[in-house]
Amino acid sequence: MPNHAVPDFAPAAPEIFLAGAAMALLMLGVFRGDGSSRLVSWLSVLSLIVAFFMVQMLPDGTGITFAGMFITDPFAVFMKSLVLIGSALAIVLSLGYVRAEGFERFEYPILILLASVGMMMMISANDLISLYMGLELQSLPLYVLAAFKRDSTRATEAGLKYFVLGALSSGMLLYGCSLIYGFAGTTNFTALADSLRGSEDVSLGLLIGVVFLAAGLAFKVSAVPFHMWTPDVYEGAPTPVTAFFATAPKVAAMALFLRAMLDPFANLVSEWQQIIVFVAVASMILGAFAAIGQRNIKRLMAYSSIGHVGYALIGLAAGTETGVRGVLIYMAIYLAMTAGTFACILCMRQKEGMVESIDDLSGLARTSPLMAAAIGIFMFSLAGVPPMAGFFGKLYVFKAAVDSGMYLLAVIGVVTSVVGAFYYLRIVKLMYFDEPAEAFEKPAGMELSLVMAGTGLFTLFFFVYPAPLVLWAQAAAAALLG
Amino acid sequence: MIVASLAFYLFAAMTVASGVMVISARNPVHSVLFLILAFFNSAGLFVLMGAEFLAMILVIVYVGAVAVLFLFVVMMLDINFVELREGFLQYLPIGGIIGLILLVELIMVIGAWAFAPEAAGVAAAPTPPIESVTNTEALGALIYTRYIYLFQGAGLILLIAMIGAIVLTLRQREGVRRQDISRQNTRPRSASVEIKKVQPGQGI
Repeated sequence: MPNHAVPDFAPAAPEIFLAGAAMALLMLGVFRGDGSSRLVSWLSVLSLIVAFFMVQMLPDGTGITFAGMFITDPFAVFMKSLVLIGSALAIVLSLGYVRAEGFERFEYPILILLASVGMMMMISANDLISLYMGLELQSLPLYVLAAFKRDSTRATEAGLKYFVLGALSSGMLLYGCSLIYGFAGTTNFTALADSLRGSEDVSLGLLIGVVFLAAGLAFKVSAVPFHMWTPDVYEGAPTPVTAFFATAPKVAAMALFLRAMLDPFANLVSEWQQIIVFVAVASMILGAFAAIGQRNIKRLMAYSSIGHVGYALIGLAAGTETGVRGVLIYMAIYLAMTAGTFACILCMRQKEGMVESIDDLSGLARTSPLMAAAIGIFMFSLAGVPPMAGFFGKLYVFKAAVDSGMYLLAVIGVVTSVVGAFYYLRIVKLMYFDEPAEAFEKPAGMELSLVMAGTGLFTLFFFVYPAPLVLWAQAAAAALLG
Repeated sequence: MIVASLAFYLFAAMTVASGVMVISARNPVHSVLFLILAFFNSAGLFVLMGAEFLAMILVIVYVGAVAVLFLFVVMMLDINFVELREGFLQYLPIGGIIGLILLVELIMVIGAWAFAPEAAGVAAAPTPPIESVTNTEALGALIYTRYIYLFQGAGLILLIAMIGAIVLTLRQREGVRRQDISRQNTRPRSASVEIKKVQPGQGI
């Protein structure tokens, strides 16, 4: 029998810490009961912050451990930082809502913590098996969270729908993985890249496997034509859960998509590029046109997120370092805009409870001018109007597409941005020029205001000093393709 | 050798036949029983391949736990399976076409089957010789060393499944008598036992 040395745990220290913290908090919650949910929530945020700093403390360069299944590099550090920020924001956003709606349960932050562990495992996956393991560890808490308000039929329906379709996509992904393993003889990304390098004729079976893998991953980022679950799940799930769905898991799935396509299958760019181009174009078009008829703001955000995934995928389709850099910057900005928008949506509370129709925003500028200004900033940014951050996100991916000669893709992107601007700006028009509807309850809550202000300022003033984010993304992209 | 191939054809034919019976039996309880038969025959196939550990796990986990759970669910839920099955024939053509397309595709894929020449060399965990190491030992030596990361990850997934099941289904209901073992144990004899003198022929 081969003698195995103890693996190096240092590269995985943040994951190990976070998993341990989740289990410790679970024990705390179990013994203290549901009354401790607030304490558990804040401790969870604290653990996420500690994990964030642990990720920053990781030594520079690439670290591979656990028999080549786990990898940390600057790319992973960048994406994990985004995911941890997103998860922490999601917990903070949920605090006021769970109190008002009466589902204060300590499992909620713990499930988010465990999902974050899964997302970090996804980002660090260097093997098809660890990819799948991370994906399931991330998805399972999301299914539970979608149905967390178990007495609401809509939430239960959302959870069930998400679960069934998620299981289907996992099946497709696994089928792809098994084909890849069967035809390449290995599941390790490094070994796959080595065996594909220089070989001219790639077997058909391997290509079919890659297509299935891409389809499974496209489901997780909710790109067209695997987007059908998104509007229903976003609408049915409780709003803070929707806010979580739209931020951290999207970033993690996008990171996994980038790594899976550009690391082991970098030599097959010409084969998968057309698939990604199609998916990106279809997502942008659907995101722009389908959102026009939506009156529910959560559904609108679902279509908006489909569109944004399409824009981010442009960078992947380019397949170059500038392309990856564009995706990373896009996802960082998207995270801030979306978290801010959902903070605003969570403030939409009237006497009878939460409201979700965009008509309820009418005349908001007169009833609460600050919130209207914040929503205005986020809508302009989502539409991609300069000088908001969203414009720069789009700029970097379009530039990457133009650099690699994909002019058509860039043109379609610009046209769909203009179409998309219609429904974002309609909300601004409703707020500033229409007769006021019933005012929202005040105060909105300390945490929500803080998140709104923080993300709003980031979105508004990103253009003043974009260098740190751009340089960081540059280093991360270089590490992935290097 | 002839015995082994005879056994293979027996087990394989039984597996396929019981698989067909699972979906065509009218009584759902019979379906589950045929499923158990299919599991047993697949276990036989595993034994023929020298994978005795998988065979045992199949019998213990699938027959012992999963199929029995199915049986309970089928018996406890009041679902009219005949009604559910009514649309079955209606979907047969489209299902058949999809199955046929998949079959053709698979044949085309397998027709072009070629192992990459480097495949044998890069295999993650080469199989140890079956004469010197038993299945269980070989698996154990890998799962707890090389695949410890995946093993722990799987453990976390099961933990989440447990939390999820509790979160979504456990309800604190009023008026349900719960067993409190410590209270039961600390109850003194005087609180629960009363001795009565009964006179002969009178009753209490």
